[in-house]
Amino acid sequence: MVSSIANLAAVLVLAPFLLGVINRTKALVAGRTGPPLLQAYYDLAKLLRKGFVVSSTTTWIFLAGPVLSVAAPFVAALLLPLGGQPALLSFTGDMILFVGVFALARFFVSAAAMDTGSPFEGMGAAREVTFSALAEPALLFGMLALTRLSGSLTLTGMLDLNAAAAWQKASASIVLILASWFIVLLAENARVPFDDPNTHLELTMIHEVMVLDHAGPAFGFILYGAALKLAVFETLIVTLLIPYRSGSAALDLTIFAAGLVGVSVVVGLVESSMARLRLVRVPQLLVTATLLAGFAVVLVLR
Amino acid sequence: MTSLQVLALASGLVAFSGFPGLLLKAGSTAAQRIATVLHVLGCAIGTGAAVWALTGGTVTARFAWALPGGSITFSLDRLSAFFLVPVFVVSGLGSIYGEGYWAESRHPGNGRKLRVFYGVATGSLALVIAAGDAWAFLAGWEIVSLAAFFLVTTDQNDVQALRAGWIYLVSAHVGTLVLFAMFTLLRDATGGWLLVPSAVLGSSALLSPILVLALAGFGLKAGVIPLHVWLPDAHAAAPSHVSALLSGVVLKVGIYGLVRVLTMLPAYPTWLGLALVALGISSGVMGVALALAQHDLKRLLAYHSIENIGIILIGLGVGVLGVAQGRLDWAILGFAGALLHVWNHAAFKALLFYAAGAVIHATGTREIDAMGGLFRRMRFTGTAFLVGAAAICGLPPLNGFVSEWLIALGSFRALTSDGGGVRVLGAAASAPALAFIGALAVACFVKAFSVVFLGSPRTARAATGADASGSMRVAMGGLALACIMIGLAPAVAARLSRDAAVVLLAGGAGTSGNADLGVLGLVPLFLLAVLAAFGVAAFAWTRPALRTTTWDCGYAAGSPRVQYSASSFAQMLVGLFRWAVFPDEHRPHMDGPFPAAEQRFESHAPDPVLDRFLLPAFSRGRSILGLARAIQAGRIQAYILYIVVTLLILLAWSASW
Repeated sequence: MVSSIANLAAVLVLAPFLLGVINRTKALVAGRTGPPLLQAYYDLAKLLRKGFVVSSTTTWIFLAGPVLSVAAPFVAALLLPLGGQPALLSFTGDMILFVGVFALARFFVSAAAMDTGSPFEGMGAAREVTFSALAEPALLFGMLALTRLSGSLTLTGMLDLNAAAAWQKASASIVLILASWFIVLLAENARVPFDDPNTHLELTMIHEVMVLDHAGPAFGFILYGAALKLAVFETLIVTLLIPYRSGSAALDLTIFAAGLVGVSVVVGLVESSMARLRLVRVPQLLVTATLLAGFAVVLVLR
Repeated sequence: MTSLQVLALASGLVAFSGFPGLLLKAGSTAAQRIATVLHVLGCAIGTGAAVWALTGGTVTARFAWALPGGSITFSLDRLSAFFLVPVFVVSGLGSIYGEGYWAESRHPGNGRKLRVFYGVATGSLALVIAAGDAWAFLAGWEIVSLAAFFLVTTDQNDVQALRAGWIYLVSAHVGTLVLFAMFTLLRDATGGWLLVPSAVLGSSALLSPILVLALAGFGLKAGVIPLHVWLPDAHAAAPSHVSALLSGVVLKVGIYGLVRVLTMLPAYPTWLGLALVALGISSGVMGVALALAQHDLKRLLAYHSIENIGIILIGLGVGVLGVAQGRLDWAILGFAGALLHVWNHAAFKALLFYAAGAVIHATGTREIDAMGGLFRRMRFTGTAFLVGAAAICGLPPLNGFVSEWLIALGSFRALTSDGGGVRVLGAAASAPALAFIGALAVACFVKAFSVVFLGSPRTARAATGADASGSMRVAMGGLALACIMIGLAPAVAARLSRDAAVVLLAGGAGTSGNADLGVLGLVPLFLLAVLAAFGVAAFAWTRPALRTTTWDCGYAAGSPRVQYSASSFAQMLVGLFRWAVFPDEHRPHMDGPFPAAEQRFESHAPDPVLDRFLLPAFSRGRSILGLARAIQAGRIQAYILYIVVTLLILLAWSASW
């Protein structure tokens, strides 16, 4: 329990660092020095101190978006086993709540975007709800396959598969799930090839353009929420990928944190090595992710 | 006194509620007041009877009857009581809503007619659900169909409503015809008209035809794709509280009929479960895809009814597959989830129709793209719509999440079965399908809610509407509260739906898996507390420093027309479903650097089955069908003659045996 809380605190603190890792990786590949690793913390500190400029078109929904974009990944982090420790909130069927809270956040973040009445934000919201809808079955298929492998109906049980045995029994399925979930991670967190967080052309963006009118602390919430969401999705992958448990809480946490940094580096490398897909190609990639995970289910049911 | 007698009193009162008004003058407010009071009183007593029966045993009453069958039977068990609760709650609140929405003073021409048939429809719905044999069931079924026809065509001068009414009447009677065949075969197989479990039915050769006919007949009423043709037009054309009754309750009678037939089976064939899951997934996905393409608020909601019927069928399918696999732990989750979704859909869909009605009342149009920015002036209606929208998307911590959670958990539990096989695979497909349907629903309701309520008004009319009146608020508030309560106290609702669903376990009153039903327990409350904590913190932290216009790239003459509209928001998703939705698109013709002014882009989504297939097929076949008109001249004497001749032939035929 104490270790679980400590690990949760670690993830909450570490999350913005992962954004720094991605940006530093991209800079190194491009031969630049890049922003400091802690840049996201500086940004957050500055944003939270700034004033809050609001469009006169908006209602309270406009602020509900930022609130949910932090609250949803926070609840999701409570449901996940972090660094080898069981989840703080774990009950039969908690994986459905995991999907549910992100859907809740998506509803309000998109509605907040539409609240401004700006065509840019409408464009981002329309893309966000479209692509997430296609990503969701992939997540579920992966969870179904893991339920089959572990016999467990909680996220803690299915992700902390008794490692070696499960990998030996069904390594093909786990690799398929990892591939599928990595695509989902990129889509859900608005990374290349789905979205380019670096462009400054609203027409090509998804997540950034949705939050164009959010300023100051509200934008700070969104930035932190995005970092936490990245950490949550990376946790899914790291927990599955590194089943090793040393027995020492501190060592497990270190391995876990290194895993998160490692996945962030991979995300950065993907971002450095390819361009954003054309929007019409995005659904095809997401359907591929669903098929990969569906294939994993078929393999374990065999 | 038994719960059945109380129910009879209640449904009599409700069915009668509109008649006293006929004695008073058109336009008299007293007539409406009397009808509403009687209706609400009847519904209150009926809800009481249903709640009583929900916790009690089965009550049966039998009366001698001169018609074939020799007697008529009524029976009230936990399953029927479970379906009766939404009938009385939605109908009662709808009657209160009607006070403001269809005030007699503004509709002197048809208000009395509306209230007569509103009462009759509600009373006969109770008759169908409390029916103990095929005769009572079919009698009630037919009265519901006819009353609903008059409700849809309340505004008899509205061409659209008349068209919707006739399509409904035709498809309702096709459905009744199929059910006559189904009940006749059922009698052949079981040897009686009673709707009770029959051990011989399992080995009967007639089982498959009976089940196919049941799926078709009840599917027509429930609006399962592709049998949904009557549904969108009828829901759109009817007054909003009638749409709520149709969508929240009348569709569910189709589900009830199907479920009642299931209770008669001693065991379930595997193909039935697979068929239910397949029908459910296709209705769910296609329903929401068609909804995304709509820009008429009530048609959009109507297509979402098809989606939710799909979710209910998926739950029933998971249950049937579980029983067939001999795994009652996931069977009960599927069944309980499906039944709870019946309640939930009644609550949030009726709520959405009430809110939509208030919006239409304020803006005078059903066109979503003519609205916008209504949240500022319609705070109550907007909040009610938001609660309904979040609930229908299956978002925690509201009621839609609870039922979808149960069904999805049933699907996950199926994966813990030993062995694979087609049953496990069928159940396994359900959870991802539910997630996909839910995510598409989020897309659709972000669109509906934001284009209607957020942003800036797109027309002058949308900028002046007033919020709903007191009686409409009572109805919306009641249902919103129901959505929130079921969401926050999921264990209670799950327990009630489990008690009602036990009869579906084909004899095995399993207790395994019951523990799951209470698992959600305090989780929704905890989630609400976390959200509230974050919300309070954020609202305390972020005091608006400056209010200004939305950023417009420095282009000072921004117009509300640049906002994303219902069509543009859904364009990508509709494009992905082009192969099934067949949208009609009129693209502007652009040529040269200075294309001609006044170019328009329009996109409509007529119903793919009705408008693209059935109506063209019928109009093409008109010359052939015209031949039959010689015997269909509309003379009553001739029809009586046909009946007499048919009876004589049948008599001669049976005598010759």
